[in-house]
Amino acid sequence: MSLWSRMANVFHGDRLSREIDEELQSHIAEAIEQGRDPADARKAFGPVLRLRDESRDFRVVGWLDSLRADAIFGWRQLKKNNVTSAAAILSLALAIGSCTSAFRLIDALLLRPLPVADPDHLYALARHEIFFDGTPQTFDGWAYPAFRLMRAAVRNSAELIAVSYAERMDLTYKSDQEMEKAHVQYVSGWMFGSFGLRPALGRLLTENDDLKPGAHPYAVLSHNYWTHRFGQDPKVIGRAFRVGNTLYEIVGVAPEPFTGTEPGTIIDIFIPTMMNAAVERSDSTWIRTLVRLKPSVAVTPVRDSLNATSLAFEQERAKGFTGMPKQSIDNWLKQTVFLEPASAGVSGLQNDYRRALAALSVLVALVLLIACANVANLMTAQAAARAREMALRVSIGAGRWRLVQLVLVESAWLACLAAAIGGLFAWWSAPFVVSMINPPDNPARLSLPADWRVFGFAAAMTLGVTILFGLAPALRASAVKPASALKGGEDPHSRRRMMHALIAVQVAFCFLVLFVAGLFVATFDRLSNQPTGFSAERLLTLDTVSERPQLPVLWEQVAEHLRTVPGVETVSLASRPLLGWYSSNDSISINGAPPSQVLAYFLNVSPGWVDAMKIPLVDGRDFRASDTNPGAAIVSETFARQFFNGENPVGKSFDRAGDGGDPSRFQIVGLVRDARYRDARGPMLPVAYVPFQAIDEKGGFSAIRRATFIVRTYGSNPLAVASTLRREVPRARPEFRVSNIRTQLEINQSHTVRERLLAMLALFFAAVALLLAGIGLYGVLDYSVLQRRREIGIRMAIGAPTADIARRVVTDIFSMVLLGALAGLTLGMASVRYFESLLYQVKPTAPSMLALPAFTILAVALLAALPAVVRAVRIDPATTLRSE
Amino acid sequence: MPKPDSLQGSLDLLVLKILSRRPRLHGYAIMTAIQNMSGEVLRAEEGSLYPALHRMEESGWIRAEWITKDTGRRARLYELTAAGKKQLAAEESRWQAVTSAVNRVLRMA
Repeated sequence: MSLWSRMANVFHGDRLSREIDEELQSHIAEAIEQGRDPADARKAFGPVLRLRDESRDFRVVGWLDSLRADAIFGWRQLKKNNVTSAAAILSLALAIGSCTSAFRLIDALLLRPLPVADPDHLYALARHEIFFDGTPQTFDGWAYPAFRLMRAAVRNSAELIAVSYAERMDLTYKSDQEMEKAHVQYVSGWMFGSFGLRPALGRLLTENDDLKPGAHPYAVLSHNYWTHRFGQDPKVIGRAFRVGNTLYEIVGVAPEPFTGTEPGTIIDIFIPTMMNAAVERSDSTWIRTLVRLKPSVAVTPVRDSLNATSLAFEQERAKGFTGMPKQSIDNWLKQTVFLEPASAGVSGLQNDYRRALAALSVLVALVLLIACANVANLMTAQAAARAREMALRVSIGAGRWRLVQLVLVESAWLACLAAAIGGLFAWWSAPFVVSMINPPDNPARLSLPADWRVFGFAAAMTLGVTILFGLAPALRASAVKPASALKGGEDPHSRRRMMHALIAVQVAFCFLVLFVAGLFVATFDRLSNQPTGFSAERLLTLDTVSERPQLPVLWEQVAEHLRTVPGVETVSLASRPLLGWYSSNDSISINGAPPSQVLAYFLNVSPGWVDAMKIPLVDGRDFRASDTNPGAAIVSETFARQFFNGENPVGKSFDRAGDGGDPSRFQIVGLVRDARYRDARGPMLPVAYVPFQAIDEKGGFSAIRRATFIVRTYGSNPLAVASTLRREVPRARPEFRVSNIRTQLEINQSHTVRERLLAMLALFFAAVALLLAGIGLYGVLDYSVLQRRREIGIRMAIGAPTADIARRVVTDIFSMVLLGALAGLTLGMASVRYFESLLYQVKPTAPSMLALPAFTILAVALLAALPAVVRAVRIDPATTLRSE
Repeated sequence: MPKPDSLQGSLDLLVLKILSRRPRLHGYAIMTAIQNMSGEVLRAEEGSLYPALHRMEESGWIRAEWITKDTGRRARLYELTAAGKKQLAAEESRWQAVTSAVNRVLRMA
C-alpha cells in the first residue's frame, strides 16, 4: 500500500508539493495565533524549498520520480530535434514492424501449438522413399487400409488419427446450379475426442461416426465457416448439404480456436474418413497420419512398430505390381517410416515456406540492425552536441548511472514510439503477405492471432533494440569528463571511430540484403520468363464436371456449343490443364523390352488441342476424331530422346504398363516440341499425349466425369467471356457444370507465387536497407564535416586545393564502405548455401550477382556523400576561424 | 536554547509517545507538547519535525488526515497506527537500554 501510494505520488507531484506547503503554512498561522512573531515563525522553517524536497523524498519512489523526470526531458529532447527524431522513429518503426510481421507469420505457420490437448505429444507420420522415377523423397500420404493396420499395431502406446489433405470442394445447400466451394477435410471420427475438443454447438464426430464405409453422412462445421456462411445461426444443426451424390447432415460446430491441423488452410467442414470413396483402396494415398503418443511413451518403439507394419503392407501390395521394373520396386520398398513433431500441425504450406520465411526473417533482422546502427549514430552525434550539457550535469553532481538512465530513457522513447507505429504496420502487413500467397482456387488462409505471443515478442524486441542502439551512446555520454568537455576539447576521434565502425557494419548488412534480394529477383525472373513450350495468352481453362460420367461424344458436343459463343476462337478438351500440379505416369516398354525405369507422363487431349496450345508440331499429324486411347499417341521431343535415342519416333509404337491390367499399345502419330507438364521447375518430362476418347476393356467408349475445356478467346482479357461460358456449358447439356474457371496464365503464375513473394519483399527490404544506409552515411559525413570545420578552415586558409579537402572528407568513410562491402560479400558467400534451395537457375557466384549490389551501394554512398563534400568545400575560412 | 541536535535521535520516540497519549494532533501542537512536557528543555525544530512526520507516515507508524478548523484553515492531524504502537514499544525499550547503559558508564567512571 505504502509503495503503491509512493508510486502514485510520483504522478501527482504538484498536488504533493501543494499539500506539504499547505501544512507548513498552517503551522506558521498556528504559531502566529499563539502569539509568535510572524517573521520569527517564518524564519524558523529555514528554506521552505529544501524542506519540501526533503519531505517529498520520503513520499515518492525515488527512481520512479527520476524516471518520470527523464521521460519528460527525453520527450522534450525528441520534440526539439523533431525532424531527426521522426526519421529515426519511422525507420525503426518500419524495421520493428517488419520483424513483428515476420514473427507473426512464422509463429502462425510454424511455431504456434495447435489448440488441442497436449500438442507436444502430437507427431506426423512420414516416410523416406525412393520413388519409382528414381528420385528420393519424403512423403506423408497414406492409404487408409495401411492406416488401419498401423493403428491396430500401436494401439497400446499411441492413438493414430487420419486427416485427409484439405480439399476445396463443390457443394450445395440447394440445387446443383447453386454450387459453392468449401474447404473440406476428412477426419477420423475420434479426432475431436482425442484432441479434447468441446463443441461450440451441437455435437462433434466420434468413433461411432467412422465405422463403415459410406454409412456416416455427418458433418461438423468449423466456427469460422459457421460465422461467415451462416452468421452463427444456431438453426444450422440438422441442415443438409450435398457433395457429389451424398447428402450430409450438419451435426455440430467445432470450437472457435480449432481450424484444422493444416496451418495455411482454415477448414470449413469436417466429415468422417469413412465417407471418402477411396477409403478401401490400397493404392490411393489421400490421408496424413497423426500420431498422439500416450504419456511417457518413447518415440522409437512406436516408430519401429509402425515401420514394420507399413513395410509389410507395401510388400504385400507390391506383389500386385506388374509392368514395373523389379529394380524400381525393390528400391521403393527400402522406405523407412519416421515421426516428425507436429505440435504446430502439418501442412504443405509449412514445407513450401519454411525456408522462404527463414530467409525473409534474416533480411528483416538485418534491416532492423541497419536501422539500429543509424539511430545509434544519430544518438552519438546528438550526444556530441550535448557534451557540454552532460558535463554541466556531472559538475553539479549527477551520478554516472543517472546520466546513463537519462540517455537510455530517451532511447526507450524512440523505441517505444517506433514499436507503436511498427505494431500498426505489422497489424496491416502480415495479412497482406498472406494474401499474396494466392494460387488461383486455393489461396492461403492463415489465422493470425495478435495475442501475448506476438506482443511479448514485440516488447522483447523493443527492449533489445533500445539497449542495442542506446547503451553505447549512453555509456559514452556518462563517461564525459567535465573539465575537458566544458573547455570544448574532448577527443573527437574516438566518437568518430565508433560511428565509422557502425557505417562499415551497416554497409555489410546492406550489401547482404541487396545480394540476397538480387538472387531472389533473378530467380523469379528466370522462372517466370522461361519458355513453357506453349502459349498461355488469351487461354481460359474450364474445369467441368458432369453429374454422372458421360461419353466423350457428349463432351465434344458441349465443346462444339462453346465454339459458337461470340469471342471464342478455339475450344478443345483435355483431362487437365498443363502445369496444373497434377501428373499421371507409367512405365512404358518398346518392342517388348522390359518396362522402363524412367516414367513417361500422360495427358488426354482432344483433336485440336496441340494447335490450341500452340505447341509446335515437329513431325507427323494431330489427332483425328477417329483416334482412340489406347491406339494413337503424340509424343514430346524429350520422350523421343529418352525412349527412342532421339530418332524420329513417328510411326513407331510403345506399350503403356498400366496398373495391374494388360499393357496397352500406342502408335506414335505425331512429334511435338516440349511443353511444361507439371512443374515450372526441373527438366522437361517425357510426355505422351493420348486421345481424349478412351476405350475400355470391352471395346466401348469410357464415360468421363471431369475434364477441362481449353478455350482460346479473341479478346486480350479471356476472363471477359468467363461468365458467359459458365452459363453456356449447362445450356449445351444440363448435366454438365463448370466447377472452376482459371486463365492459363493464372495457372502458370501459381508456380511462381513463392518466388514472386520473395522477390517482392526482398526488393522492398533492399530498398529500405539502401535508404537507411544512405541516410546513415549522409548523417555521419555531415557530422564529421561539422566537427572538422575548424581544421578544414585552416587547411583552406593555407591554400589547400578543393580536391584535397573533398578527398580528406570522404577518404575515411569510403574505406569503411569498401570494408563493409567486402565483409558483406564474405557473409553472402558464406550464407548462400542456406537458401540455395529457394533459387532457380541462378548462380550466386556469378559476377553480375555480386557487381549489382556493389555498384548500387557505391552509387548510394556517392550520392550520400555529395552534400557533405559540397558543404566542406564551401566552408569560408574567415568566418569559421573567427567564430571559434 | 538547545539545538535540534540535542534531541539526539530521540525525535521519533518523542513524537510517537506524545501521539500515543494524545491522538490527533497537528504538527504545531506536537512541537509545543514536546516543549512543554520537557519543561522547555527540548525543542523540535520545524525543519526536522515535518520531514520526520512525513517519514514516519510513509513507514506506516502514524497516519494523517486533513480537517478544516473553525477558522476555515485546513490542518493536518496525526495519530498512531498499530504498527506505530509496536514501533513505540521498541523505541522505548531501546531508549531505556541506552540510557541505563550510559548511566552505568557515568557511575563507574
